[in-house]
Order: sequence, then structure tokens, then C-alpha cells
Amino acid sequence: MSQENETAVVEHAAVTQKGSDNTIQYLSFVLGKEEYGVDILRVQEIRSWEPVSRVPNVPAYEKGVVNLRGAIVPIIDLRERFTLSKVEYTPLTVVVVLQTGNGSNTRIMGVVVDSVSDVISVERNEIQGAPDFGTKVSNEFINGLVSVSERMVMLLDVDKLLTIENNEQSEL
Amino acid sequence: MSIDMSQFHQVFFEECFEGLEAMESGLLSLDIGDIDSEVINTIFRAAHSIKGGSGTFGFTVVAGYTHIMETLLDEMRDGRRQVTKPAVDVLLGSVDCLREMLTSIQNEEDVNAASVAKHQTALEAELNGTAGGGEHSVPAHEFAPAPAPVVTAPSIIEEQPEEDEIDEEQGWKISFCPYLNLLQTGNDPVRLFRELSKLGELTSNVNIQDIPPFSELEPEECNISWELKLVSGVLEAEVREIFSFVEDDCALEFAPLAKPKKVKKPKPAPVIIEEVKVAPPVAESAPPPVVSAAKKPPVEADASKNAPKASSSIRVDTDKIDTLINMVGEVVITQSMLGLIGENFSMDKVGQLKRGLAQLERHTRDLQQSVMNIRMLPISFVFSRFPRLVHDISTKLDKKITLKLVGENTEVDKAVVELINDPLVHLIRNSLDHGIEMPADRIAAGKPEMGTIELKAYHRGGHIVIEIVDDGRGLDKNKLLSKAIEKGLVEESVIMSEKQIFELIFMPGFSTAEQLTDISGRGVGMDVVRRNIQSLGGNIDIISELGKGTTIAIHLPLTLAILDGQSVAVGDETYIVPLVSIIESINITEKMLNKVAGKGETFKLRNEYLPIIRMREIFNVKSGAATKSNEGVIVVVEGQGALCGFLVDELLGQQQVVIKSLEANYRRVEGVSGATILGDGSVALILDVPGLVRLSVR
Repeated sequence: MSQENETAVVEHAAVTQKGSDNTIQYLSFVLGKEEYGVDILRVQEIRSWEPVSRVPNVPAYEKGVVNLRGAIVPIIDLRERFTLSKVEYTPLTVVVVLQTGNGSNTRIMGVVVDSVSDVISVERNEIQGAPDFGTKVSNEFINGLVSVSERMVMLLDVDKLLTIENNEQSEL
Repeated sequence: MSIDMSQFHQVFFEECFEGLEAMESGLLSLDIGDIDSEVINTIFRAAHSIKGGSGTFGFTVVAGYTHIMETLLDEMRDGRRQVTKPAVDVLLGSVDCLREMLTSIQNEEDVNAASVAKHQTALEAELNGTAGGGEHSVPAHEFAPAPAPVVTAPSIIEEQPEEDEIDEEQGWKISFCPYLNLLQTGNDPVRLFRELSKLGELTSNVNIQDIPPFSELEPEECNISWELKLVSGVLEAEVREIFSFVEDDCALEFAPLAKPKKVKKPKPAPVIIEEVKVAPPVAESAPPPVVSAAKKPPVEADASKNAPKASSSIRVDTDKIDTLINMVGEVVITQSMLGLIGENFSMDKVGQLKRGLAQLERHTRDLQQSVMNIRMLPISFVFSRFPRLVHDISTKLDKKITLKLVGENTEVDKAVVELINDPLVHLIRNSLDHGIEMPADRIAAGKPEMGTIELKAYHRGGHIVIEIVDDGRGLDKNKLLSKAIEKGLVEESVIMSEKQIFELIFMPGFSTAEQLTDISGRGVGMDVVRRNIQSLGGNIDIISELGKGTTIAIHLPLTLAILDGQSVAVGDETYIVPLVSIIESINITEKMLNKVAGKGETFKLRNEYLPIIRMREIFNVKSGAATKSNEGVIVVVEGQGALCGFLVDELLGQQQVVIKSLEANYRRVEGVSGATILGDGSVALILDVPGLVRLSVR
């Protein structure tokens, strides 16, 4: 079902862009001076930051859980996840609610980012492989890089972001 | 034509299992000697619909098997056959066999042909055996070869092939006189004949004498009748099967062709002897059902193993749905009323608004209750299996036991119903095996020969209580204690209360049974029973009096979706402690606290020293004003069978909370069993008391 939607929306995007079928739209957001993108079809909604209920004895970047219309949804601070410097949350701080997994195994989680910037359309062939970033960001999360009007946007793999949570869970 | 039948399979299986249950309870309630024809009818109807359904879905094995049962039941129904204990046992065995078959088919496994054949043989033996001596219209051909082999069941098996290769002259003479309306019901005799001719050589004789003069002829009326001769070795039932659609619209008569009678005639003497001999085969046909009874437990274990898989759907009383719809209607009305007030709101409408909101609140609560109600099933879903269990096991143990069910209609959440079955089976087995004495011992002890096990369910507060009461020998405190000391589970010097001694039986590795039988001691110990019940948020108590009997009471929450909680504050955070685990809450005072080895802390509650778990520390709470070490409230909880105190900042209030899964989107967190949403929309975590105790030990 979601697969169908996905293709349908991608096609739609392709038509509006008058581009090829290979166009993917990404929602880009900012963490400090870095710009990241997530597949827009994975984005369920964008919310403003609101206080969370802390969950004890979990990594600091897992900020806690919130009530999203009856569902308990974890909130993850991407700055802390990527070991960037911490900032105070402001009214501009937003939570991007992402859907991960597929079929019956979907999960919802919110990621805290500094701000949402744009929706960008990217041709598949424009995406470059991710180079080795060294320490700050694990390669695993990065699907690739893309250049949008001289800015570099790192495209995140949403599923892998969550898979890593699971790995940690099994380690615990 | 390309309808996917498999989509109906689930419903079919559910109906079948329901039918089987109906048959089983019907058979068990049959009082030999005083037969209630309505009960037989119920059993028959259940068998009939299983047959019909399985035929439709192409499960011919089941259909064929059920057909034999049905034939037997049909004869009982018409009073052509006596209902005997062996017959009932055979039928019970067949119910098991059918259940086994259906379970296999449902799981897309191969049907256990050997077991089916065994039951089928027993069933056919019953069908043939008893009728052989009767003077009923049951055709002789089926039974004619019976005299010799009747003696033992195995030889009947050998007999079967012989019957199959019966010579050509065997067959049926069928007189088929359709009523006038046969054609109007859409039946076509030609089709019937075509079917018949598939079974063997068919010759027909048409009787046209009833045809009226042409002027009076109604083309839609059937005025013709037939005399059919079918030369074939098939059973009467198979022939009848073909006519099953028209049997209400015609007069049918079956008579076997001459040959079988000839077989019978040459030896008139043996026939008489055979009639005398009928008794032993009936008695000897009993072993198969006993075998099946012994085999029953594994079958049942299978069934319960499969239960979670099969029960993803739920059957809901229409009344409940109607209530729900009414409720939703009320909510919609209230909502539109509020909308109207809001449209041109002025301050003078405040009173109206308040009333509206109050009404909305009430309706929402009702709505919530009715939705929860949908998940509620009567406990009879579990209880209904036990008469059979008691019947089988008491027969096996040669004990005389009656089972009394009380409060079967008490409703409880579906999840609880599913999970309570195994513990209950275990407890009942225990009562049967260890609780109730042998009849001789009972008489010696001055008790009635017949032991009683009472299975009670009732609501108390927000809980359902299930009690298993037996009037058996009761628990022997001294024996329990000496056994526990012998096994090194308790120190000899420890003085224990009666309750504590009874609790010993829940310890892993504790069994007082002198010998393990296959009824109890199957590896599921009482410790597992208790753990299962605790995992459902319940607890289990034992009251016992030596020589008088034992009562085991299980307290369970009515639902697993809602929990009574005590909200507590730790720093700025709010947590929910399940009310069931709270013993009491006390304000802490300086002199109650004691350090142990500089690290651990205990406090004195009356005469006991209990460990303290500081929530602030174990959950790393940094927010809120740091409380002094001697301020706060201790919530005394029971987890893992031990008491301990949670030190929290404040008690906030008691409330019912809806349990939400933390794992659905997140993951399991130690010390937390779930989450809930508070009145202000924020999330509060529900504490997992045993988990926290474990966490604190680390």
C-alpha cells in the first residue's frame, strides 16, 4: 500500500517537475551549519517542540516520549545523535515525525532538528555516494550527498536510523 | 467461479470448533437411560453443519468422517438406536478426532490418517455392531458380514476390505416417489440418476400411472415415480447422500437387493448366537475411546498452543454492538449540540455549555465502557472445556468426581480468557490427581464417594476471581514443610505461617506428589502457574484444610487494557505504580531509615526490614528540587514475592489508566511496563515492579 503511494507520489512529483521518473523529493532540515534531507514520503508531519516525558536509563539523545494522538512516540535529538553541540530548544525548534519500516512493521518516531528549510527535488543520478566522514556522523545513516544550489545536503536513510536503535536495544 | 474460498476458511474453522464444543458438551450432559432428545438434536445439528461446511470447502476427509457420526446420531435421534455409554464414548473420541483433523487442516498440515482410521473403525464398529441385533430398518447388508468378526475390534478392520469387494449382485432397490412440488424446488430427477449411475449399474423403472389426463396436467408438477435398481457395493448412506437435497420433497424407500439376505439365511443359527455375542463386542469397542481419552491431553495441548494463532478475530454479541451504536449516536448528538452553542457563543450560554460538556463527558465514558465491553467474553469460553477434562481424567484415575461450574457468564477480557486457560487446566489436573481421594478412601474418611470440584467465577471490585474448590484431602502442612526442608528450600529453624507454608508449593522444583503421573507433573509446575497469573497482573491464593479440601483463588484484572494506578511524583516526572502491587504507602521518618554496609538502605515497617529503592536514583531523575534523603513517601510494593519500598517524592492520586505500548514505536525499557496518557495529554510511564526490583539488585 505504502509502496503504491510512494510510486504514485513520486510520479506526481515527476510530472510537476517535468523531470524524469528518477526524481525524488527530500525534506531538508538544518542541524547547526549542516543540512540534511529525508525522503519526503517518510515524513508524517512537522510539529513544534513540546516537552517530552523522559524515559529513564536510555541514551541521552533519546529525549523521551510524547503522546501523538494516542500513540506513544519516541523523540530523538538528531544533534545529540550525531554528537553535534547541544543547543537550547527554542520555539523554532521543530520535531519531524518520521515513519520507518514498511508493511505492518511501521514505527513512528520524532526527530528534533533546528529548523526545516526546504523541499528539494533530486534526480537519482545526482546523488553521490557518501564519503567517509570519520567521526561525527556514521556513514551508515547517510544514503548519499547531493548538491543543491551550492549547498551540500546529506540524505539520511530513515530506516537505518531506526535500525540502529534496535541494535542498541539488543545490546542492552 | 474464481471465488477465493480460503477467505471463508477462518470462519468455517471457528464454526466447526464451536460446533465441536457444542457436541462435546452435549455428549457429556447426556444422561444414559434418560435421554433428552433435544440434546441429541443439538449434537446432530452440529455434526450436520460441520459435514455441510467441510463438504463445501472440499475437506472430504472431514465430511466423510462426520457423515458416519451423523448416521449414528441420526439413528439415535429417531430412537432407532439406544444411546449407550460406549456409543457416547466413541462419539466423544470422534469429536477429538475431528478436532484434530480440523486443526491439522487449519495449520495446513497432513491429517493424521492412522488416528482417523482408528476412530473411524471404532465408529463404524459402533454403527454396525449394535444395530446388528436390532430389528430396525437398517439395511442388513452392512451388517451381514459382521457375525464372525464382531468379536474384536481389530478383526473389524480386517473386515473392511472384504466389504469393499462385495460381488455385483449386491445393491439397492430404491423407490423414489417425488411429491408434486419436487420440480418447483429446482431439483431435477435426471441429475440424481446421473449421480446414482456413477455409483454402479443403474436400472430404472418408471411408474407413470399417476399422470393425470392431459387437460389437467400441470407442467410444473411431478407425477412420475421411479423404481430404481442400483447394483453396487456402496453403503446406504452414500446413496442417501445423493438424495439429501430432495429427501423432504419425496418419498424414498431403500431396500437392499436380495443377495445379502442369502448370506444371512444359510446360517440362521449363528445369527442367534451372534445376538448373544453382541454384548462383548460392545464392551470391547470401549478400549478405543479409552485410548482416545488417554490421548486427549496432548491433543488439547496442541489446541491451546494453536489458540492464539486462531483467535485473531472475535465474536461479539449483537446487543453489545447495538449499545455501542446507540452510544455513538448520543455522542454525535451532544457534539452537534455543542457545535451549535459554539457557533454564536455569548456569555449567557455558559451554563448550557457546561451542561453540554458534562453530557459529553458522560457519553464518552459510557462509550469507552461499551468499547471495552466488546473485548469481554464470558469465562465459559474457558470453563466449557473442563467438564470433558474432568470426565476423561476421573475415568482414567477411577475416581468419582463431579464438576460444578458457577458463574460461567462472568465476563472477562479476551486476552485474559486466552491466557488463563493453561494455568487453570494445570490447577484442575492437580485437584483431580492430588486433591480428590480414591472413592474407597473417601468413604473411609466419612465423605461422600463422589468428589466435587467447584469452579467458580465472580467479579469483585475491578477484578475477576476464579476459585477452584475441591473437597479432597487438602494440603498437609507438616508434609509440605518437611519436604521443603528436605529439598533445602527453607531452613529448618524458620517458623512459617500457614499461608507461607502453602505458598511453598509455588516454589520451583517443589512437588509433593509421591509419584509423578502423566496427569500432573507434566513439567508445568505451580511456579509457572503463578508466574503466568502474575504476568497477567493477578495473584493466586491457597486456603486449605487438611482432610476437608483446598480452595485456590485466582484474582485477575478484568482487562489488560486498563489498569488501576497510583500516580507518584519523582522530581518533575510522574510515574504510575500499578495499584495491585501496592501494599501500603507511608510517610518516611528519619528513624525508619537504616544504612546497610554504607550502601543499601532499609527501613523498618513494623517488624520487618525492607529494602528501599530510591526512584530518583534508579531513574536518574535530576529535575525538581533535590529532596533531602529523609523526605518523601515510601510506597511499599510486592514484586517477585518480596516486599520492598519505593521512595518517591509525593503521591499524586489514583486513577484508571489506559495502557499503551511503549514498544510499538519505541522499545522495551527496563523497569517500565508501558506508558499511559494523563489527563493533560502528557505521557506517564507505568512502573514494572518486579523489573525494578531486579534492576535495583544489579
